[in-house]
Amino acid sequence: MSVGALEGALARPEEKYRICGDTGLRVYAKAETLIKVNAVAAVVFLAVGGLFGLLVALTRWPAVHILPAEWFYTALTAHGAAVLLFWIIFFEMAILYFASAILLNCRLAAPKFAWLGFILMIVGSLMATVAVLQGESSVMFTSYVPMKAAPHFYLGIILFAVGALLGCMVFFGTLVIAKEEKTYEGSVPLVTFGAITAAIIAVFTIASGAIILVPTFLWSIGYISHIDTVMYKLVWWAMGHSSQQINVSAHVAVWYAIAALVLGAKPLSEKVSRTAFLLYILFLQLASAHHLLAEPGISSEWKVFNTSYAIYLAVLGSMIHGMSLPGAIEAAQRRRGFNKGVFGWLRQAPWGNPAFSGMFMSLVMFGFLGGISGVVLGTEQINLLMHNTLYVPGHFHATVVAGTTLAFMAVTYLVVPLIFRRELILPAVARWQPYIFGIGVAGISLFMMGAGTLGVSRRHWDITFSDSVFTFDYPGTAFLMMGLNGISAVLAAVGGLMYVVVVVGSILFGKVRDEAAIKANPIVAPGNAVSTYGGEGTLKLPGTIVLVTVFFLAFVLYYFINWKFLSEVWPLS
Amino acid sequence: MAIHAVKGNWWNEPLHRMEVIWISIAFVWGLVMFSAMIYWHIEGKQNLSNEAYRIDPEVFAAHTEAMVEKYTIGEEGDTGVPIVQPPPGSDVYLIARLWEWWPVLQFEKDQSYRLHLSSMDWQHGFSLQPTNINIQVHPDYELVLTLTPNEAGEFFVVCNEFCGVGHHTMVGKIRVIDKQ
Repeated sequence: MSVGALEGALARPEEKYRICGDTGLRVYAKAETLIKVNAVAAVVFLAVGGLFGLLVALTRWPAVHILPAEWFYTALTAHGAAVLLFWIIFFEMAILYFASAILLNCRLAAPKFAWLGFILMIVGSLMATVAVLQGESSVMFTSYVPMKAAPHFYLGIILFAVGALLGCMVFFGTLVIAKEEKTYEGSVPLVTFGAITAAIIAVFTIASGAIILVPTFLWSIGYISHIDTVMYKLVWWAMGHSSQQINVSAHVAVWYAIAALVLGAKPLSEKVSRTAFLLYILFLQLASAHHLLAEPGISSEWKVFNTSYAIYLAVLGSMIHGMSLPGAIEAAQRRRGFNKGVFGWLRQAPWGNPAFSGMFMSLVMFGFLGGISGVVLGTEQINLLMHNTLYVPGHFHATVVAGTTLAFMAVTYLVVPLIFRRELILPAVARWQPYIFGIGVAGISLFMMGAGTLGVSRRHWDITFSDSVFTFDYPGTAFLMMGLNGISAVLAAVGGLMYVVVVVGSILFGKVRDEAAIKANPIVAPGNAVSTYGGEGTLKLPGTIVLVTVFFLAFVLYYFINWKFLSEVWPLS
Repeated sequence: MAIHAVKGNWWNEPLHRMEVIWISIAFVWGLVMFSAMIYWHIEGKQNLSNEAYRIDPEVFAAHTEAMVEKYTIGEEGDTGVPIVQPPPGSDVYLIARLWEWWPVLQFEKDQSYRLHLSSMDWQHGFSLQPTNINIQVHPDYELVLTLTPNEAGEFFVVCNEFCGVGHHTMVGKIRVIDKQ
């Protein structure tokens, strides 16, 4: 079939759409419904997974120690699957449909396939969750062989991944239609470019997942006799770590989207920001190596090259975004007249708007806590100090929770009025929510990293070793850290609950956002229509220079401190 | 704006000076960090060995038992785990299995030992505390590393890879004594 005939077959000009009163974008009904159902499924899994997370943290608080051992390992497995996989990927499907159909003024390609994908994801996620809760699949999120889960645990994750793959295909198809039907002029928006990055990495991720989980499923039902343990980790993490890179790409795109909508911010340079995304596509996949630094049978040359994304080229991408985002915000604020001093633009930022405050905290915490700790943890030799200690979850709670989850929460405060067309209920709760959740998560990350630095094991029910033949005492500070981690988790859980209440409440009971409401309570920054793109050569951005300088100094200092720690342990070669 | 399509030739727009400087700094910093790992292989004293073999768990157990038979000097704990003191420089075996590290090892301070690590069943994590060295232990793989304890005292091997419901009880012991 020729392209023309295909286009003709796909063209459905009668499809229903509306014009958004806030942004002027054309919103097709089918895309909008799919965004809604994926976002709702995501929030449900966030609530469930968050509850398991709280139980885990309370159990690891030695003074509370709430769950018995078996339940603890079950809850920990359920927590990982529900939030790291299901919450985040459902939400990312909503972002993909938003960044393609909505931002490009286009109808969604093959909405029936998008629905099929959604249904597969629901069936798969429920199947895996049931398998975990039945208690026979407490294998942790990573399910390292030869520990075996029930077959429907693997099958559920496979079905979920196939559904997500369909969603990616619908996204790519929509890009093609938008281009063919000329629904936009010039190059796709930067946010869409970020979503394309996420979707490309998602295809690699899901392919890796299939390559390892299909044989593992066959092994679990007895058709394959042996799976090599190191090979499993190599391929599993090509899925497991790359899926975190989907998150990074998606939440960076969300940062740009929020800065654009709330402040009218435009990137300092389209070229720089897009090249940074391109670096993600080219190098982030190497990060499977981060999980193999303490393994036998893999050479140091391989480890050094892969763990550093060649020569830290993906880190370069993140450092570029870490400069261009605050830069874009500062430039936008200065254009709006907030020019006082070095940080006047930051002080005068809309801190009462949860979309902005959540986004900015996500940016800062992802960089300072998640980014720096990730590079240190992923240094071949320094990894010996931290492998499988609580430092690891400390690091990834800073990236995936303080970074991705907080960014997704923040953008929800725009999705509810713009897509669900409801006013937020309980605006005061919404205003405080990012702070409560953000502080809680910062605490979780920092205290787990602290305990990990002291050697405390991750995924461990009893660090007092009361039932062991030999008992060992971690330092007292480690116990203090675990208590503070528990308190932080309670705070984060309160913040999470506030989010769920505001979002679900607004969707169900919020005032419908009509013309009058749009006028009275505008979401989109005024005056953004004039800005298009371009270098900000004439504008001075001293605040951003100070921010990135502080970041860089913290990075260098902390990096070398850890080499010092390493030099003090027993020599080994 | 980042949510709007971009018209015109944005690739040729001039860059902000701050961007050029920051990208250069970040790139050079990447080179520094990359070189640091290579430097540490040359000058540093803590590098994970690249020596590893495929091994049948039964063969590894046989090696361990032979060592235990030869060098046992006593027993430790309620279950009578043998304490083994192999001569400095020799091959030392440590079994990881559900849910114990076997046997207890006794080393002399500032002497080197070729430590062999492997698992009999699932994956385990060799977490030496409180000095804090963490290495993954796989079944069917034998990792051989040269270890040089530089302080005397009692050290513990905590399992830090989840290995089922008894995981948190899996603690082993390494004792380091001053040179005899």
